[in-house]
Formats: sequence, structure tokens, C-alpha cells
Amino acid sequence: MTQLFHLWVYLETTPLLGLAATLCVWRLAMAITAWAGGHALAHPVPIAITILVVLLWATGTPYSAYFQGAQYIHFLLGPATVALAIPMHANLARIRASAGAIVPAILAGSVTAAVSAILIARLLGAPREIVLSLAPKSVTTPIAMGIAEQIGGNPSLAAVFVLLTGIVAGLIAVPVLRLIGVRDWRAIGLAAGTAGHGLATARILTMSETAGAFGGLAIGLNGVITAILVPLLATLLVK
Amino acid sequence: MLNAITLFVCCQFVGEVAARGLALPLPGPVVGLLLLFAGLTVVYRRGRDLPVALRTTAQSLLGNLSLLFVPAGVGVMTQLDVLSANLVAVAVSILLSTLAGVLVTGWVMWRLARTEDLPPAS
Repeated sequence: MTQLFHLWVYLETTPLLGLAATLCVWRLAMAITAWAGGHALAHPVPIAITILVVLLWATGTPYSAYFQGAQYIHFLLGPATVALAIPMHANLARIRASAGAIVPAILAGSVTAAVSAILIARLLGAPREIVLSLAPKSVTTPIAMGIAEQIGGNPSLAAVFVLLTGIVAGLIAVPVLRLIGVRDWRAIGLAAGTAGHGLATARILTMSETAGAFGGLAIGLNGVITAILVPLLATLLVK
Repeated sequence: MLNAITLFVCCQFVGEVAARGLALPLPGPVVGLLLLFAGLTVVYRRGRDLPVALRTTAQSLLGNLSLLFVPAGVGVMTQLDVLSANLVAVAVSILLSTLAGVLVTGWVMWRLARTEDLPPAS
């Protein structure tokens, strides 16, 4: 027992534990998602987070000790954000051909989502830190965390809000747009990518490849638009 | 693959330096994304494909993008008090604003794309 304890103390001081736990739990979460038939509510990200939080809580491991190892995975968010330039470049001709419709649509959706999130949260009495972490929730996590940090929100909260938003957008995009008569896959894909980044796009992609392509386009473009607009909106709407 | 990773990391580094040095209202990686996009647009003009290694490395990074969200998401354990105290405000705000964002983006795209007669997407 003492030996086991010494081993545990040793492992806690190395980054290996957090890294191995994240990767192994991720494999498990992927397996659970596959078993659930890829249902939107069975997304591997919330499953993996729940398992890891329970594990850390049960072993009494503080988040800082876990993050010592997990930071190597977290760091890759930066290069992955830069890598979004590749699919954007691959869609260059399509962006040019339909910029007249794509840019106003993303701009309108981006401002609507951010302003309504800020105003509703303020109206319901949420504190400043929560409001500022909600503002960039429609874009992909690395960008949203960067914006949240920059405007005085909380990057960890922003990451959670981004995940929840992506799941909601993936679930509602097709039914609510059908309800107002929009059946154009280009519009559905663009709406999913703008309001719900990669998580919503991944779900729409299983229904239509065209929607998936426009969703991918929206992730990159809305990331840039939001990074410029949300800090301005936050200064205007949050005192 | 190593060349592609080097390119991404260097773009991020230059983006980070530029964002902080010039006090830009953008996160460093987003500046890196814009720099790389601009660079690729200049170097690989119409009809010139990107190197295969660059595309496959981007694909493998972006294909596992969901995993990269996990470490930050686990940080929710440090925020449970704040979250549970504001559960209603957070849930209502996320549900309604996401609904509004989806409706507005989809509707504007649908109206404009119809009148502007876009080429077929696929």
C-alpha cells in the first residue's frame, strides 16, 4: 500500500498522468458515442469531460495537477486554429463566387447570437464574468477562449459554453429552419457553422455534403468576424 | 508533416507577436490563421493545389479537433459553483441566442443566395 502511494505521488508530479488519462478517456468516450449510434446528445466531448471530472474528483486530484499533463493536448488548439486556413483556402473559389450572400449572412448571424447571448444573460442577472464568457460562444473553442480571455471573461467557462452551443445548434438547425421554410442545404450548413461551429457542422455533414462544406466555411469566417466584433460589442453592451 | 507543423507553429508565433506587439483586438492564433490564409492565396493562385503533406497534416489536426477541447473543458470542475449559481441565466441565454443565430444566418443566406443565383455548391 505504501509502495502504491509512493508510485501515485511520483505519477502526480509528472505530466504523464494527465496526458494518458485524457487520451484513454477520449478513446472510451469515442467508443460510447459509436455505441450510441452517433446521437448528438452522445457527443464524445461532454462524455470525456464528465468521466475525467469524476475521476479527478474521486482521486482528489486538483485541476492544476491534471492540466500539467493535459496542457500538451491543449496547446495544439493554437496550431489547429492556424490550420483552419487550409480548408478556407480550398474553398477560395466558392467564397469568391458567393461572398455577396455568405458574408452578410454570417455577419448578421454572428451579431445576433452574440448580442442576444449578452442581453439575455444580463437580463437574467448573470455576473459580468459569465456574460463576457457567453459572448464568443458561437465560434470554435480556441478562438472563443482567446476572445474570452482578452475581454475579461473566463476561458474555461467559455470552453464549456462553446460545447453546449455546438450541441444545441446541431440539434435544432434543420428542424427550425424547415419551420420557416428554409430547405436550402447551403443556408442550413452556413447557419450550423456560424451558430454552432465544428460540433454542429459535424452533425449536419452526415445529412448533406454541401451543408458540411458551407458549415466549414462559416467556422473560419465567423471565427475571424467574431474575434473582431465581440470585443467591440462587449465594450458597448457590458459596462 | 514536420514542415506543415513547423509552418503552423511559426504562423502562430508570428501571429502572437503581432497581436501583442501591435495590441490587435484578435487572439494570436487567429492572426496566424489570417497570415497563413493570405500567404497561401498569394503563393498558390487559382489552379495550383496545396502540397499534399500540408493538406493531410491540417486534416489530421482538424479531424481530431474535438479532443483538443477536452483539457479546457475539464476546467469546468473549478467553475461548478459559479455555474450552478447561474444555471438558468446560462441555459436560457445559450438556448435562445443559438436559436436566433441559426434562424438569422439561415434566413439571410437563403434570401440572398436565391436572388443572387449562386453556382451549385457541390
